[in-house]
Amino acid sequence: MIEIKNLCKRFGSTEALKSLTLTIPAGQVYGLIGPNGAGKTTTMSILATLLSADSGTAVVNGVDVAKEPRKVRRVIGYMPDFFGVYDGLTAREYLSFFASAYRIPEEKHERLVNDLLELVNLKDKADTFVDNLSRGMKQRLALARCLVHNPQVLILDEPASGLDPRARAEVKEVIRQLKYMGKTILISSHILPELAEICDQVGILENGRLVVSGPVSDITSGSQETRIINVEVYENQKEMLEYLHKYPGVLQADKIEKGVRLIFKGKREEQQRLLKSLIEKNYPILQFAVQPGSLEDTFLAVTGEGETI
Amino acid sequence: MIEANPVLLKELRQRFRNYKAPLIFFIYLLVIGGFILAAMYLDWRHFPSTFNPSRSREIFIVLSLVQLIMLAFVTPGLTAGTISGERERQTLNVLLTTDLTPGGIVISKMISSCSFTLLLLVSTLPLYSIVLIYGGISPWQLLAVFSFYVVTMFLFAAIGMASSAFFRRTGVSTVTSYAVTAFLLAGTAFLAMFIYEVTVSNVYPRPDTLPAAAQLLLDINPVVVLMCILGEGPMLDKHADWFLPYWLIYTLFYLISGLILLWWGSLRLNPLRKKSNY
Ligand SMILES: Nc1ncnc2c1ncn2[C@@H]1O[C@H](COP(=O)(O)OP(=O)(O)OP(=O)(O)O)[C@@H](O)[C@H]1O
Ligand SMILES: [Mg+2]
Repeated sequence: MIEIKNLCKRFGSTEALKSLTLTIPAGQVYGLIGPNGAGKTTTMSILATLLSADSGTAVVNGVDVAKEPRKVRRVIGYMPDFFGVYDGLTAREYLSFFASAYRIPEEKHERLVNDLLELVNLKDKADTFVDNLSRGMKQRLALARCLVHNPQVLILDEPASGLDPRARAEVKEVIRQLKYMGKTILISSHILPELAEICDQVGILENGRLVVSGPVSDITSGSQETRIINVEVYENQKEMLEYLHKYPGVLQADKIEKGVRLIFKGKREEQQRLLKSLIEKNYPILQFAVQPGSLEDTFLAVTGEGETI
Repeated sequence: MIEANPVLLKELRQRFRNYKAPLIFFIYLLVIGGFILAAMYLDWRHFPSTFNPSRSREIFIVLSLVQLIMLAFVTPGLTAGTISGERERQTLNVLLTTDLTPGGIVISKMISSCSFTLLLLVSTLPLYSIVLIYGGISPWQLLAVFSFYVVTMFLFAAIGMASSAFFRRTGVSTVTSYAVTAFLLAGTAFLAMFIYEVTVSNVYPRPDTLPAAAQLLLDINPVVVLMCILGEGPMLDKHADWFLPYWLIYTLFYLISGLILLWWGSLRLNPLRKKSNY
């Protein structure tokens, strides 16, 4: 169970998270999707007690991340987006080291390490030095490492990035098994298709804001109430942008070449009211176009992430 | 100390499995052994077939100084990369999300580095026995010198630890810790001399004691203190025991500053502290 409420974080002048609110029920797999710089790693670092938020709260299994970080550390398994491994240690010793770091008694290590290596399919590499493992193997070893203390919650930052399709499938398989074991999992990626099959819910994060969040089927089918609308004007672009920023239901509004691209959440009547109010405000509207297709398609088109798969 | 165990074990494993460990031992012993053999050879050339305890004392002094300088080279180098190295290899974050506390991590890394240096020190004992056989020094003096090394090594190692917790890059951390070590070794003496020159040297009649700053600087200078332990005269006129015996001041200063540095290092390691990194 993860509850994030109004989480804000800024680095100098960049606002990495703008009042992020997000709830993940126990036992669910939640996929956090967003382009580079959206704030995925920032969110996960805060949950992993590696970064302190400026304001807002993050609660993991009922424990506040900022107030009792040590308690949180015991219930989460965290896999960072970039990580290194120690040289001069074998895979077995590596896992055993982390087991002792979580104060698991020595006599339980052998069984635990064997089970974990089995789970991530690295049994035959048990006595290989970790720095000699391939990237995919390291990634799977890191997954095993997250599980050493049998945490209820897993926070996996782009666990499949930089892997070939086969290695990616293997990582996904492990995550599927973890879901089966009843873990609550927060997983990030910058491509939705990668997560669609294994997640119960996904959220799209852009510029530190959760643009949409909901069951995967809603987002991929286009039946959701959130849509992307391009409003084209020939002047007063700036004023309209400011107006839209304050308009209820507008999740995000960005300047595009000839107007504003906005992500709007609301029923059809509310969309109609939005258009009406824009006209009443006398903005010289040329076009008010809801982008066709599912939100996923649109999102991919807008952020240009579609090709990377 | 229980929580220090896993990191300590891992560090020791990594440290001693590495090809660097035997290499450091080899070079260390080679340098110190080389010095002692050269000194004995010169001694023998000048006075063949005589044993002179006073010259054996000289060899002992040279040996002790060389060992101090070697320690100053090895110790900060061993610790200056321990935390920044983990940062650079991107292994630190994961370590910090485990049940280990920053303090525990710092202490275990410290113990691992210090046990390596201790082993270096112990490995030079046979060389000392040569001097001991010739006479001129007492086993007590030898014990005092080794205790001095342990105390000195503690602060040198703590300087490296603190600087590696503070700086992001191992390079910067290494340079800084060597600079601070060099200041302790030489800078303090120069500064003491400078203070002495500007305040006391041309005052007549000379005051009976040194200015407090100069006194303190001399008391924390490893070379000066080592010389005192070996019974060599005051390096600077009027340098004598202050309100405490010189060795006690030295020990207290080194242990307390070392502990403060380690404590500060573990504060820096806490990811949730508010300040930004360097
Ligand atoms: N330590 C930092 N110092 C300054 N700015 C930072 C820092 N960490 C993140 N940022 C900024 O915060 C924003 C969010 O970054 P974050 O790493 O959370 O994005 P992300 O969604 O993980 O992106 P990616 O897909 O590239 O991993 C970015 O604009 C980034 O430049
Ligand atoms: Mg990231």
